[in-house]
Amino acid sequence: MLEIKNLHARVEEKEILRGLNFEVKPGEVHAIMGPNGSGKSTLASVLAGKEEYEITGGEVSFKGKDLLAMSAEERAREGLFLAFQYPVEIPGVSNINFLKAALSEVREHRGLPQLTAKEFLALVNEKSKLVELDGQLTNRSVNEGFSGGEKKRNEVFQMAMLDPTLAILDETDSGLDIDALRIVANGVNAMRSPERSFVVITHYQRLLDFIVPDYVHVLYKGRIVKSGTKELALELEERGYDWIKEEVEAANA
Amino acid sequence: MAYEGDELLESVTNKEYEFGFTTNIETDKAPNGLNEDIIRLISAKKEEPEWLLQWRLEAFHAWQKMTEPEWAHVKYTKPDFQAISYYAAPKNRQKYNSLDEIDPELRRTMEKLGISMEEQKRLSGVAVDFVMDSVSVATSFKEKLAELGIIFCSMSEAVKEHPELIKKYLGTVIPRSDNFYAALNSAVFTDGSFCYIPKGVRCPMELSTYFRINESGTGQFERTLVVADEGSYVSYLEGCTAPQRDENQLHAAVVELIAHKDAEIKYSTVQNWYPGDKDGKGGVFNFVTKRGLCEGNNSKISWTQVETGSAITWKYPSCVLKGDNSVGEFYSVAVTNNAQQADTGTKMIHIGKNTSSTIISKGISAGSSNNSYRGLVQINKSADNARNFSQCDSLLMTDHCGAHTFPYIEVKNKSAKVEHEATTSKIGEDQIFYCLQRGLSEEKAISLIVNGYAKEVLNKLPMEFAIEAQKLLAISLEGSVG
Amino acid sequence: MEATTVISNKDKFIALNESKSSVLKNSWANEIEAAIAAFTTFELPTTRHEEWKYTRTTRLANENWKWSESLENSGLSNTIIEDLNAARIVFINGNLSLADSSFNNAIGCTISVNENIAASDIAQINVAPATNVFEAFQRTNTSAAISIRVEKNTAAETPLHIVHLITDNESISTPAIFIHLGTGATLEVTESFHGNENTKGLTIRGLYAHVGTNARLEYNKIQAEKDEQFHISLDNVRVENDGYSNFNTLTIDGGWVRNDLRIDLNGQNIEAHLSGFYLPRNKQLVDNHTKVDHMYPHCMSNELYKGILFDQSTGVFNGKVYVRKDAQKTNAYQTNSNILASDDATMNTKPELEIYADDVKCSHGTTTGQLDEQAMFYLRARGMSPDSARKLLTTAFINDVLNKVENKIVRQHVIDALVQKGLLYI
Repeated sequence: MLEIKNLHARVEEKEILRGLNFEVKPGEVHAIMGPNGSGKSTLASVLAGKEEYEITGGEVSFKGKDLLAMSAEERAREGLFLAFQYPVEIPGVSNINFLKAALSEVREHRGLPQLTAKEFLALVNEKSKLVELDGQLTNRSVNEGFSGGEKKRNEVFQMAMLDPTLAILDETDSGLDIDALRIVANGVNAMRSPERSFVVITHYQRLLDFIVPDYVHVLYKGRIVKSGTKELALELEERGYDWIKEEVEAANA
Repeated sequence: MAYEGDELLESVTNKEYEFGFTTNIETDKAPNGLNEDIIRLISAKKEEPEWLLQWRLEAFHAWQKMTEPEWAHVKYTKPDFQAISYYAAPKNRQKYNSLDEIDPELRRTMEKLGISMEEQKRLSGVAVDFVMDSVSVATSFKEKLAELGIIFCSMSEAVKEHPELIKKYLGTVIPRSDNFYAALNSAVFTDGSFCYIPKGVRCPMELSTYFRINESGTGQFERTLVVADEGSYVSYLEGCTAPQRDENQLHAAVVELIAHKDAEIKYSTVQNWYPGDKDGKGGVFNFVTKRGLCEGNNSKISWTQVETGSAITWKYPSCVLKGDNSVGEFYSVAVTNNAQQADTGTKMIHIGKNTSSTIISKGISAGSSNNSYRGLVQINKSADNARNFSQCDSLLMTDHCGAHTFPYIEVKNKSAKVEHEATTSKIGEDQIFYCLQRGLSEEKAISLIVNGYAKEVLNKLPMEFAIEAQKLLAISLEGSVG
Repeated sequence: MEATTVISNKDKFIALNESKSSVLKNSWANEIEAAIAAFTTFELPTTRHEEWKYTRTTRLANENWKWSESLENSGLSNTIIEDLNAARIVFINGNLSLADSSFNNAIGCTISVNENIAASDIAQINVAPATNVFEAFQRTNTSAAISIRVEKNTAAETPLHIVHLITDNESISTPAIFIHLGTGATLEVTESFHGNENTKGLTIRGLYAHVGTNARLEYNKIQAEKDEQFHISLDNVRVENDGYSNFNTLTIDGGWVRNDLRIDLNGQNIEAHLSGFYLPRNKQLVDNHTKVDHMYPHCMSNELYKGILFDQSTGVFNGKVYVRKDAQKTNAYQTNSNILASDDATMNTKPELEIYADDVKCSHGTTTGQLDEQAMFYLRARGMSPDSARKLLTTAFINDVLNKVENKIVRQHVIDALVQKGLLYI
């Protein structure tokens, strides 16, 4: 599904990803953890195709295709979805129109027939229930005036609508209370399938109680320095990152 | 002030000219140039009464003493007023009872412009007064309107059929010597629309006029007059499109609105004239005077405009709030791309008590264009408890365009409350990326964001116009982010 | 549009022009030559001139002004700012009064006067060409001048106080002030304008300040002239990379006041504040024209002007923010708030944004209204007289402008002056 080999990326003059290797197979859920500034969000942005990051080395293949050669919208249409850490507000553009436009482009790309208005509304109804999103929110401007929790639920709702093959959740749990967290996690879990993969970027082990990962990786200084199963996340929660840092420094020394 | 000047000019110029002059020139297009003979020709061609000829000549003499204004934030080569033909009529001019009788060539042009009249008539219930090169060629729904006592016809027809109304109202909101272009229009206007809504009548359909510039080198001097009598309501739509041209074309229209006691006029415009090529060559010069008078108490005039066309736009739809409790509104989206220049805004003149006005202006600048908001809010001494709220936002699409705001606020009454806010910002790159990540193309993303930005104004347009306007915004901004 | 225009009374200025020569005729020769030429081309502005749309020059042009050599100093003691311990430079009727000045003790800056000002000092300031008849007139006929220089990495420790006093009826004053701050230099200047009762006067004062790289200028201009006095300030401030300028225009009094403040942000990472209040009474007119020119990226300008208009007074505010093509990442803010405290007062506001760069954050806001009636009622319900309540609210209204004055002693002096005029309630 996703294969990252020796990826290097920088923003302005600062190198952030320094030889990252990482593979995701269909149906797998990978959690990526790591201390602040380790490059977690950069990885998400680079995979989604944000232009301010410069790729200085490495390869990324997505479903066998060269991901880095695709534009941001092509990646999305191919089935790569990024749930943003800070969802952007677009004043005056209704959530529903936004989704309709997006879904129509995505379906066209995937060779699927366009939905009728009725089918589309039925789908909106179905998927918004998944994250307990109030019908009113679908009619408001994209993310404008949404609370933090509403924004995150809206991200998962959009994910459900656009039906991606790989979903990257960038700190979708940060700033959520436990109820909102449960709702978001339930939405994600409902979408788990043998064909769909998830990369869950998080600070907190707490999320992984709800979205149970197959693998947990630690990102540090732009590289994956340790991989394990969900027990690793528990260990990180308990011990922090210092012991990992020490291991890395020791190995480098 | 302007009124005084007008009276003075009238007293000076009156009776200076021989009455009863007629001409037999049979051309459908007047020779280039502007002089008294041309004005007499226009008036004769249109079989106008003597008083109107004199009215035109007085305007012409006022115009001769005026100079072209230069205060607007636009740069252009001034038109050569002697190189313009001031009158052109389509060939085979005749009266039509139905659209089928119209010259197929004209019909094809209309269809190219996206104006399918039958469809419009059938689907939207819009009565259309189609102006082709200054002369009305078709008017529909007239009978239905006539039942309600509503008059909706071409200006030439109104001069013949309703001279008392024209005499009473023409030039009362915009005096002939108001400004250079209004004076020019008053002298040479060829046609336009007239609308009168009688007391207590609510016009059941949107009244609409399509303007078009067709004949090469023909100046367009339309004249529109809308009168809403006591307690009446009308929504008037004006839309403009023009085919591609190589030379600059001057358009100097005058629109006058009068709202009597308890009456309301809603005037909406979508303007998409040829803006010229990438360098601005060949675009239309749009120098328009639009003004509404809230004559009676509790009257309301609302201007909504979506401006995407023209090489140069110079336009300030205004409201004179004379009646107590009268309301003026101005909602505008102005898009400039490539080398377009727009200097547009409004004037809200508060005279009556408890008058209020709202100004929402959204400028969008792309390419190497310049987009200026220029507006006046004037609270006169008599205007107790006047209220104004103005919001002027500018959105920049490239790093070589300009967005400017020039609000003038004059307050002479202490009970007034006047608020003005303005912002200028760039289209958000993070917004565009968010859309791209959801699979939208960049063009589509920009179109969505821009339409969202302009929504407050687009929402004020009647439904069918709003959709057209949204499409226009997207087309106008194609490939414009940089 | 106004049909009537001012009958050109430039003739009187031409006559004045011919009877005077500048104290800088040697050290500013080139500019004087240019100004003489410019003077002949510019007309006296009328309301048809966009920059003078709301301010008539008729009255000013109709008076019979004369050049005065009088150094009569009655009333000078009222101009002292106690506790400031400033070095004082005193102009009387446009002439430098060395007898009343005391600046030899000023620490950290070099002050030279009139003919002693070096041509190179003026050249370093790089004054822009005159753009109107008053500028040209002032430069042609500079009646007295001082130059203040603070050298590299020097802080001028002694605050400066420049005083202008009118004591001779119908006198015209055309002094010039030159300021140069070297790299990293700092300077604080307070300039105040005064005139005696029943004494007509016209002041056209030129300020030419250059704030060097990473230098800081704080400038407080206090206007406290009388109803009979006319005032035109031509304030020019040019700031270089990383520089800081805080310019306050505090108009307490004056019959006819026009302030033309121009701040050129000639570098990156500059922070410029320009603030002012005006409280015109009787038939006074106060006109503030400002222009902030953003030429390079990453600069911030913050403009705050507030006014309360009493009686039959008129206020004008025209603030222009100009952001050039290269000035990306500009942050420019402008606020103008006004209160009409009388049925016969007029306020004309024209805040302008002229923007040619795309990655900018600019905003302006302006309000005109009356004192909050609810707040008035609230205060009266607590036992305050309407007069006290009004003054209290007035104080609150202009307080944020007062707070822009960094020097607490100067700020207190201004507050005291306002209280004394019965305008503030403390």
